Amino acid sequence: MKIKRFLMSNAVPILFAFLCIAGIRLSGTPIATILSDVVNRFDRNILLVLSLIIPVTCGLGMNFGIVLGAMCGQMGLVFVTLMNLTGMTAILAAALIGLVTAVICGILAGKLLNRTKGQEMITSMIVGYFSNGIYQFIFLFLIGGVIHISHKIILSGGVGIKNTIDLSHLQYSLDNLKIFGLGGKVDVFTGIIFFAVFFAACMTISALRNRKFDRNYIIRTAICAVFVVASLIMTGQERFMMAKMLIRIPIPSFLLVTFFCWLITWFMKTKLGQDMRAIGHDRDVALASGIKVDQTRIIAVVISTVLAAWGQIMFYQNLGTVDAYYGHEKVGTFCVAAILIGGASVKKANIGHAILGTILFHLLYNVSPLASQKLFNDSMVGGYFRMTICYGVIAVALMLHVWESRNSGLKEKRGEKKSGKPAKAL
Amino acid sequence: MSVVRRKIREFGMPRIIIIAFILLILVGALLEGQDMATLISDSLVRVGQNMLMALAMLPTILVGAGLNMGIAIGIVSGILGGLISVELGLVGWGGLMFGILLAICAGTVGGFIYSLLLNRVRGSEMLIGNYLGSTVVYLMCMFWFAAPFKNPTIIWPMGGKGVRTTIPVSDFFEKVLNRFLMFKIGRVTIPTGLFLFVFLVCFLVYLFTKSRTGMILRTVGNNPSYAAMSGIHINKARIIGITLSTVLAAIGINVYAQSYGFYQTYEGPLTMAFTPMAAILLGGATMKNVKIRHAVIGTFLIQTLLTTALPVCNQLFPESNLSEVFRIIISNGIILYALTQAGGDRR
Repeated sequence: MKIKRFLMSNAVPILFAFLCIAGIRLSGTPIATILSDVVNRFDRNILLVLSLIIPVTCGLGMNFGIVLGAMCGQMGLVFVTLMNLTGMTAILAAALIGLVTAVICGILAGKLLNRTKGQEMITSMIVGYFSNGIYQFIFLFLIGGVIHISHKIILSGGVGIKNTIDLSHLQYSLDNLKIFGLGGKVDVFTGIIFFAVFFAACMTISALRNRKFDRNYIIRTAICAVFVVASLIMTGQERFMMAKMLIRIPIPSFLLVTFFCWLITWFMKTKLGQDMRAIGHDRDVALASGIKVDQTRIIAVVISTVLAAWGQIMFYQNLGTVDAYYGHEKVGTFCVAAILIGGASVKKANIGHAILGTILFHLLYNVSPLASQKLFNDSMVGGYFRMTICYGVIAVALMLHVWESRNSGLKEKRGEKKSGKPAKAL
Repeated sequence: MSVVRRKIREFGMPRIIIIAFILLILVGALLEGQDMATLISDSLVRVGQNMLMALAMLPTILVGAGLNMGIAIGIVSGILGGLISVELGLVGWGGLMFGILLAICAGTVGGFIYSLLLNRVRGSEMLIGNYLGSTVVYLMCMFWFAAPFKNPTIIWPMGGKGVRTTIPVSDFFEKVLNRFLMFKIGRVTIPTGLFLFVFLVCFLVYLFTKSRTGMILRTVGNNPSYAAMSGIHINKARIIGITLSTVLAAIGINVYAQSYGFYQTYEGPLTMAFTPMAAILLGGATMKNVKIRHAVIGTFLIQTLLTTALPVCNQLFPESNLSEVFRIIISNGIILYALTQAGGDRR
C-alpha cells in the first residue's frame, strides 16, 4: 500500500527516469560522456530552476516571468563586457548590475501580477514576451544608436551589439575559483568525497547546536560515509578511469548552489516566508489575518527575478558565449518543464523537485538527439521530440492542476461561491 | 470637456496611440520619399491575408474561453490540408478550394479534440491553450519529418524524404484570390478577390452569430450560470465555438499562404498567434464583448502599422529588424494591457 502511494505521488519523475534510461540505452553512448555533459548543464541551470520555488509557495504559480530576470543577468554580462572587466570582478559586477535591474523589473512585474490575480501565469508569460521586445530594442538600437560606444562587440555599423558575445574573459572564473588553494574543478570522485564530508560536517554542527542526535541524523551521516567509501574504492579502479577523466565537478559553483538552497530553506522559515506560505494557501484568510498580501507577493516576484538574473550569469560563465538576443527566450519554458518533471506542481515545489527535475530534464535533453541519431539516422527528430515533451509536460501539469483545484473546490463546498460569479476566462 | 473625455474612452486609448503611430510613420515615409502607392498596396494585401486569423479569435471570446492561444492547432491543420492539395498537383481555383476544404475537415477534427480538452480546464484556457498549441506544433514537426509526401515541391530535394521548411505555391495557386477582379486606382493595386473572400467569410460568421446557435454561444460567454439554468448545454456550445475558431484559423492560413506565396512548416506556426490576438484586442474587443468589426478594424490598424513601419525602419536603421522588434513590443503590449483591464480578483 505504501509502495503504491509512493509510486502514485511520484509518477512523473519515475516515468521520466525510465524514459532517460531507455534513451541512454538507445543512444549507445558511454554513460561517462553523458554524465559529464549533464553535470555541466546542471551547473548552468540549477539556479534558474531554483528561482521558481518562491513564487509557487506564494501562490503565484509558475513564474514564467523569470525570462525577465534572465534578461537582467544578460544585461549585466553585456555591460561588464563593454567595461572590459575580467575574471571574478566581472562576475561580481555583473551580479550587482543584475541585482539592481532585477529588483526594479521585479517590482514592476509584481505590480502587474497584482492587477491580474488568478491569471498570474499567463500574465507573467506575456510579460516575458513583452520585455523581450524592450530588451531587443535597447540592445539593437539604443546602444550605439543613442548611446555611442565603441567596442568590439558593437556591430560594424556602430549600432547594436553582436548576436553572440564572447565571454572568454570571464568563462569558468566562478567554476575554477580557488579558495585557500582548494576548489576549482575536480574529478567526480573527489567531488563526491568533498560534498559528502561537507554535508556530514554541516549536519554535525547543526546537531551539536541543537543537541539532538536523532535517527535522521545518523542515517544521513551514514549515507555520506557510504558515498565517501564508495568513491575511495572506485577512484582507484581501472574501469572508472574514463568517468574520472571526463566528469569534472566545479566545487565553487556547487557550493554556491548549496548556499542558495540553504538560503531558500532558511527564508521559508522566517516571518516573511511563513506569510508567503499563508498567502499561497489562502489569500482571503491571509488578508484577514493582517498580512500585507500585495506587498508580499511583490517581494516574492522580486526574489525570483533576482535569483533568475544570477542564474543566467552562472549559466553564461559556464557556457562562455552569450546568445545576446535569443539566449533568454526559452528559459521560462525550459525551467518550468524541468521543475515539473521533478515532481513539482503549480501549488507545491521544493528544492528536491528542482534538483531532481534539472537532472532528469537535462539528461533527457541530452540523450534524445543521440538516441534519434541512432534510430532514425537524424538528430532533428530527437530535437523535436524533446521540445514536444517540454511543452507537453507543462500543458499536462497545468491541466492536472486545474482539475485538482476544481475537484477540491467542489469538495469544500466553495464551488457554489465560485460558480455564482461569471467565469472569468483569460 | 467630460464629453470629449468620454468619447476618448469610448474610442479607446490603445487605438488612439496606434493611429497616431501610423500617422507618424506615414509622415516619416513621405519625408523619406518612400513610394506611397506601393506602401498602400502592400498594406491592403497584408490586411486581407491576416484578417481571418484575427477573426478566428472571435468565437472563443464569444463562448467565454478568452483568446484562442492554441490557434496553432488550426494553422497546422490548414497547412496539412493545403499541402495535400499541392501534393495532388491541383492548380488554380480548384487547388486552393480543395485545400481549404481539406483544411476545414482537418480543422474540425483538431478543433473538436482541442475543445474537449479545454472544456475540462475552464478558467485557464489561454495558458493551457498556448502550451497545447506548442505541443501540437512540435508533434507535427516530427510528422513533417516523416510525412509520406512525394511531390518534389514539398519534400527536400536531397534524400527524398521529409517536408521542406518553406513550400512555395507559385506553381499551384499563388495569388489566385488576390488576382481575381484585381484593379488599379492610380498606382494602388486593389486585391479585390482577396477582400471579397475574406468579407464573405466575415459575413458568414456574422450570420452565424445572429443565428439561434450564435445567440446561445453568446449567452454561454456572457452569463454561464444563467445559460445553465435556462437549459443550455454549456460544454456543447463551447465545443462549437472552439471548433469554429480552429476551422477559421485553418482557412485563414490557406488564404495567407496563397497571398504570401509560401507555406511555413515546422516551427513556423509557433509565433503566429500573437499578432491576430493583438489585432482583435486593438479593434476594441474585450473579454466580455466581441464583434466582427473589432477583428476587421484591428487587423486593418495593426497590419497597416506593421507594413508601413518596415520600409521606414529599414531606411532609418539599415540591416536591422526594428520592425520585428516593434511587432513584438506592440502586440504583446496590447495583450498585456487587455489582461490588466480584464482584471483579476481585487484582493
